[in-house]
Amino acid sequence: MTAPAKAKAAPLAELKGDLAVLKEKFGDAVQPAEYEGVVIANGVLVEAARFIRDELGYQYLSSLTAVDYIQEGYFEVVYHAYRLEGGGPLVFKARTPRGVATIPSLVSVWPGADFQEREAWDLMGIRFAGHPNLKRILLWEGFHGHPLRKDWKEPYYEEEHKPFSSRWPSGHHIRAEDRVFWHDNVQYPLDWDPDQAEDTSDEWLYIGMGQFARAETGERVEPKSLRTERLVVNMGPQHPSTHGVFRMVVTLDGETIVRLEPVMGYLHRNHEKIGERNMYLQNMPYTDRLDYICSMSNNLGYAIAVEKLLGIKPPERAEYLRVIMAEFTRIVNHLWAIGFLLNDLGAFFTPALYAIEERELILDLFEEAAGSRMMCNYMRFGGVAYDVSDDWIARAKELVYNRLPRAIEELDRYLTHNELIQSRCQGVGVLPPDLAVAYSTAGPVLRASGIPYDVRRAEPYSIYDRFDFDVAVRYNGDVYDRYLIRIDEMWQSLRILRQALEQIPRGEIQAGKKQYMMRVPAGQAYGRVENPKGELGFYLVSDGSPNPYRYHIRAPSFINLTALNEMCKGHKVADVVVILGSIDIVLGEVDR
Amino acid sequence: MDELHDLNTMPVPSELRNNIFITTIDRFVSYIYNWGRKRSVWPMMFGLACCAIEMICAAASRFDIARFGSELMRPSPRQADLMIVSGTVTKKMVPQIVRLYNQMSEPKYVISMGACATGGGPFKEGYNVVSGIDKFIPVDVYVPGCPPRPEALLHGLLKLYEKIERQSVRSVPWYQRGESEAIPVPILGPDLIDPRRLPEIRARLGELQAQQGSSPESSL
Amino acid sequence: MIYGIGILKGLGVTLKHFIESYIEDVRYLFEGGRYQPRHLPARQGPRARGIFTVQYPKEKLPLPENFRYIPFLVYDTQENKIKCTSCGICAKVCPPQCIWIVRGTDPSTGRPRPEPEAFYIDATICMSCGFCAEFCPFDAIKMDHDYELSSYERYESLLFDLPRLLKPDTYHAQIHPSDWARELAEKEAEKAKKREKAAARA
Repeated sequence: MTAPAKAKAAPLAELKGDLAVLKEKFGDAVQPAEYEGVVIANGVLVEAARFIRDELGYQYLSSLTAVDYIQEGYFEVVYHAYRLEGGGPLVFKARTPRGVATIPSLVSVWPGADFQEREAWDLMGIRFAGHPNLKRILLWEGFHGHPLRKDWKEPYYEEEHKPFSSRWPSGHHIRAEDRVFWHDNVQYPLDWDPDQAEDTSDEWLYIGMGQFARAETGERVEPKSLRTERLVVNMGPQHPSTHGVFRMVVTLDGETIVRLEPVMGYLHRNHEKIGERNMYLQNMPYTDRLDYICSMSNNLGYAIAVEKLLGIKPPERAEYLRVIMAEFTRIVNHLWAIGFLLNDLGAFFTPALYAIEERELILDLFEEAAGSRMMCNYMRFGGVAYDVSDDWIARAKELVYNRLPRAIEELDRYLTHNELIQSRCQGVGVLPPDLAVAYSTAGPVLRASGIPYDVRRAEPYSIYDRFDFDVAVRYNGDVYDRYLIRIDEMWQSLRILRQALEQIPRGEIQAGKKQYMMRVPAGQAYGRVENPKGELGFYLVSDGSPNPYRYHIRAPSFINLTALNEMCKGHKVADVVVILGSIDIVLGEVDR
Repeated sequence: MDELHDLNTMPVPSELRNNIFITTIDRFVSYIYNWGRKRSVWPMMFGLACCAIEMICAAASRFDIARFGSELMRPSPRQADLMIVSGTVTKKMVPQIVRLYNQMSEPKYVISMGACATGGGPFKEGYNVVSGIDKFIPVDVYVPGCPPRPEALLHGLLKLYEKIERQSVRSVPWYQRGESEAIPVPILGPDLIDPRRLPEIRARLGELQAQQGSSPESSL
Repeated sequence: MIYGIGILKGLGVTLKHFIESYIEDVRYLFEGGRYQPRHLPARQGPRARGIFTVQYPKEKLPLPENFRYIPFLVYDTQENKIKCTSCGICAKVCPPQCIWIVRGTDPSTGRPRPEPEAFYIDATICMSCGFCAEFCPFDAIKMDHDYELSSYERYESLLFDLPRLLKPDTYHAQIHPSDWARELAEKEAEKAKKREKAAARA
């Protein structure tokens, strides 16, 4: 029922650097927090956030998430802000008692907080005062309860933590369905009236859309010019080109988009709730299924976050293998993204077929090294799972030196100068640099808007500081640039791969003994990597037990979608699909 | 009048029902009919999660589902014969899946691809996951694996061929009299509600409310 | 620039792919045809050109030794026993908790016996992560290469029980040759150690 005893560390004694400046400015409203960062009083939170952004220069809000400290009786919202010049984060937190559960919204300071605050409301039940559109985002309106609260239990709840005692030594097989009251994965509140069973989730969605009203305030806006009919068009979740089960509700004026609302959660698989029950290692294969095209780099991000808590470093050979796998993954992802962008443009399947062929060859390498084409589960804490043979390296070199450069060059020749593609993509879905930062977009979307921000350079992890490569950047911020930047990045990945494959030393691949159940020192860590789709972050809170107390994923696809409305406004409905394709989302990561 | 033509209710002596002549014709017709049908099973262009990527790979050049006549992925359920449920079925998505299934014209088949669609998979314990799509729509072939290799999907497709081969024109449901019934679309309430179970839920909730009316907080 | 040059250049790429496949066909014509089994590695390797298709089910891609699908239990054919000692590590490490083990008990003493009485793996939950095989200290559980498991029904045929899970170690040796060689070497080393100890004592 209750969370395990939490070993709480004493707050940091003195604040250094920018935190000290913050403390000086706001006095007692800023208090040092445990492990890292400061706690800012709710009264000055918005003001302090503005100060952090404008005066201290932390313009980029990377992550916003909430933690339920049930024993202490409060929720904590954790913010990680970064400088665009690079360097570490400024961590600040806000607290609210569990009964009140209200915190001022920071959407007015960072519009990129929009979806993340909605997620915290949906899953944790924290209200963000002043949020323009505080609706559920992953679950549906009307769902009973807020699942990530520590006292909320799902229907198939068995035990607080894995391993479950029912599996061994007397593990008589019993299906979860047969254990529960309704023989299904459902639960109903006792005071619910089944006669009222009707789906109201869509009604909630359409409120404020399509009318001449501002959804934020409900105030009627009279059109200045001739009154034209406004249409609400629903696209998805089953749509030939929405990249999975993604849904968009578009308000149209004629054929022009007035407003677009992304609707997600159709693949919400409860990663975080399951992750808090798993042991640390058990989360590794689950991270494969986040961005299921880039499982290797997801593994890397999670391994780095846990290694931060554990304080261990993998041996040299493992570091090289990690970089090789991560960069191959980047090529796989960008090939896939370009192939399917062309699908969205109407060039049905031929470019995608060419891209998939190259991808298959890389997947063969992954399969030989890790055992699976897609769900690699390759990284371990302090190393990698399996070593690769010399033959593997030789084949990888063959790909990197011979096959892939030709394939990318061919793709470039095939598509880049095609006039039809240019006329469909240039000037479409423009995201200006200031908005790209404000909306917390990451990866190719951010860099195509002229912001050369790449975690591999801004805050180097693993051994990326050893390699010679350029951060690809383009300046127009339209669909065409987002296409070009993926080609650029593939060339840079090949550069890194060449260096890594030449320099890889022999030796151990695992630091220390591989353990399946280890105690992780109490603490908090935010590990982030530059995934092909953008900055992937893992926020972990450890209470010293073998299971994470809080396990949060900062998913780049999810946060990049915050800017979708901005990109689509004023364009034609046919461009929506292309713009979405150029962001390159994967639903496993959007909905988690 | 209709009753007289219904083979099942026609007053025919039981020994004559399995008339050899009828059976032979039936078998011959079924053979031709099934041969044509199984070589052009058009799947619906419908992907849910990770398995959908392997489904696309099965349709791409290396595994080439076109060799089996199934390369025409139809975005419209009206034109599709096969629904490949490829990935985790969530509670939020299941109303749409049932609706799509209802919209498919008969004959229609369902392949449940991957552990998640088959029985919930690794995400079974999650609060937003349906433990198997067969709780709502009938499934013909289950393909386990997480995710199944493209070859495994093709193997499932070949299994489906075997099933189609065994069908007889006389007994297939879409040549029976009357319309086939649509599956009631699940409702999203405080949790997922299967309309077929509503009376049961109503009865049991009433029972429970009467039992422990003092603590409306608790839920089941 | 004339409008359309880019399009034509792009179409040149598809034309090249189209012609290439025929050139490859002609080349293979002199080597006994494209679908000779010995050509499979070249057709599917980094230098592959032309048609890329694997003619499954007539031919199958070779699976790497590491490949993992659903676990199986190794049956020791030399000593005629199940290798599993029902220590429960696989059940503990399994991320989706799809392994159920009933530890065997000795009927005469009632004490635990190092052999499973029942062993279940629910293939409708298994995520093929391979942790069970990776962390098994007795090399008793391994990942299978058999992916052709489709069935018409899931409650019986996709719940793997002990008889269904057991496969002989000869099969294991066949699909995991280098892993098997390592096991044999370890066994030899252990034997040698024992002999040395015995010799030292004598």
